[in-house]
Amino acid sequence: MNNNLFFDFTLDKALKTVVIIREFAAPQKLVWDAFTKAELLDLWVAPKPWKSQTKYMNFEVGGSRFYAMVSTEGVARWSKQTYTSITPITNFKYYNVFADAEENLEIPGSEWDVTFSERFGSTIVIINIYNESMERLEEMIEMGFKEGFTMSIDNLDNLLATLAL
Amino acid sequence: MRRDIFQAIADPTRRAIITLIAIQAMTPNAIADNFHTSRQAVSKHLRILTECDIVKQEQQGREIYYSLEIEKMKEIDNWLFQFRKIWETRFNQLDNVLLNMLNKENEQ
Repeated sequence: MNNNLFFDFTLDKALKTVVIIREFAAPQKLVWDAFTKAELLDLWVAPKPWKSQTKYMNFEVGGSRFYAMVSTEGVARWSKQTYTSITPITNFKYYNVFADAEENLEIPGSEWDVTFSERFGSTIVIINIYNESMERLEEMIEMGFKEGFTMSIDNLDNLLATLAL
Repeated sequence: MRRDIFQAIADPTRRAIITLIAIQAMTPNAIADNFHTSRQAVSKHLRILTECDIVKQEQQGREIYYSLEIEKMKEIDNWLFQFRKIWETRFNQLDNVLLNMLNKENEQ
């Protein structure tokens, strides 16, 4: 399903910025809500079998979302997102840092920029993730997701196209 | 200090060296001829690349030749694929959430 929806994933040459573009078959307001309301975010941001649990979320500039990705074994990996800019239904920016359950932050984090636009009833979302360090980008992958994903050799060819060397 | 494939490719000069020796094995001098930086700087990059296991050295007569470990490069693909896969999964889940939201709106 959903194979006809546009999806693009690229890593820039300096290996610092990841750009993700995806089309959704829903109006902009609805997609905006799905990205900015805790109860909706918790339904989709954790790739199965992980679960997203938001402890609190104040969606306003200077406010934060403090949440955990919880594994089937109950292992929780905490993150804190602090909103730096909000332009309703078109853009929001935040600073994302890994943390422990007591909100002790693991700096450096990454800067996220999420832009929404509607075209012919479907919504395009562009996500820019800027990482201060390469290690941070690696950590983003390693943060417990490994087990959940099996790699397919068949997809290597497709990936070569996205590899900017 | 930890050395891995990502450190190898995080620097533009090292990426250029990788591209050069991907085509053919080269001596440090031949590699340095392609850059405006000092020979020492190139040697330092080659040392890091060697520590990352992305290049191998081979002695031929009096010269040392550097060549690329192609298998090692595949690690990057695998890693990037995992990351891409996470987002694919997320977005497919979001498609379902949106579908439910749309259905609820239509019911009202």
